Amino acid sequence: MFGFSLRPRKASASTAKERLQILLAHERSGGGAARPDCLPQLQREILEVIRRHMQIGDEAIDIRMERGDELSSLEINIEFPGKLGVN
Amino acid sequence: MSKDLTLEEPLGRVIVVTSGKGGVGKTTTSAAVGAELARRGHKTVVIDFDVGLRNLDMIMGCERRVVFDFINVIQGDAKLKQALIRDRRLENLAVLPTSQTRDKDALTKDGVEKVLDELRKEFDYIICDSPAGIERGAQMAMHFADEAIVVTNPEVSSVRDSDRVLGLLNSITERAGKTGAEPVKAQVLITRHDKARVDSGEMMTVEDVLEVLAVPLLGIIPESKAVLRASNLGVPVVLDDPSAAAAAYEDAVGRLIGEQIEMRIAADPRRGLLQRLFRRAV
Repeated sequence: MFGFSLRPRKASASTAKERLQILLAHERSGGGAARPDCLPQLQREILEVIRRHMQIGDEAIDIRMERGDELSSLEINIEFPGKLGVN
Repeated sequence: MSKDLTLEEPLGRVIVVTSGKGGVGKTTTSAAVGAELARRGHKTVVIDFDVGLRNLDMIMGCERRVVFDFINVIQGDAKLKQALIRDRRLENLAVLPTSQTRDKDALTKDGVEKVLDELRKEFDYIICDSPAGIERGAQMAMHFADEAIVVTNPEVSSVRDSDRVLGLLNSITERAGKTGAEPVKAQVLITRHDKARVDSGEMMTVEDVLEVLAVPLLGIIPESKAVLRASNLGVPVVLDDPSAAAAAYEDAVGRLIGEQIEMRIAADPRRGLLQRLFRRAV
């Protein structure tokens, strides 16, 4: 636009572009942890494997993801009932 | 978590943000209203009903953290707790993202009702960000609403579509079908209001719009550069730097929760004479 702003150009538009590039790279690749449908299955399979060894409820698993530019992280937390814990 | 500070039951009020027409500011409004309610201490969740075209996550700035979504919860593939994304700026704010699936039938009435019932137990305000149009997604977003914010630009097609949506709120919603129930409390939020163009007669006035639609006015959001900037950054406009739009949303939220706030027509600071002349010449 035409505003005679004295501020440097590195404004919000470049942030917008970066955010889009990161997100769309994940959405287009359509593979791995970026694929929307793979996470419910991943969760079911993890629960299955753990249940072979101990009893846990459906609520015991918590999956978090942080998609990044270079790499993404998948954080999986599984809560065990107290009696199976270290104490 | 030990959060027994509030002994009161959550309010559990469902508010749909709808418009019929696309591009008028529904998602911007959902994000701003949700954030402002949360900032005022109300536990608030914003739900994206635009199945297939997820965008609320980008406007709220949590797009990189989406794991499970609304449809996963409806289909039993994830628990609601897992799909809710807690905002990192405001502890009272959460987002329930929609799915990118192309299967529009994924949104079932029973499924939506169950999720809303569960959310009502935790949240004071449940903001449903409707997709454009009047198809399934839009109908599901409004179906269980207690209140509606009808986002309208002072422009003929937007006003016409708002009128259509107001008709649907009074006919196809749960409250409309239940005898004895209060109707959905609908209010108009005028967005992209350009005072200079209204003053010069190029744009319909607020009174013009209200005369046509005949529903109460929730607020007037001025056309503002702050809105694009907030979207670029993934920050609800009320959480970014102060702006006329942010102030107008703050007022609108005050009215939404029952405060008496005088209606004012805000605008971004006027440009200098030179800039105005320059702009007019373009």
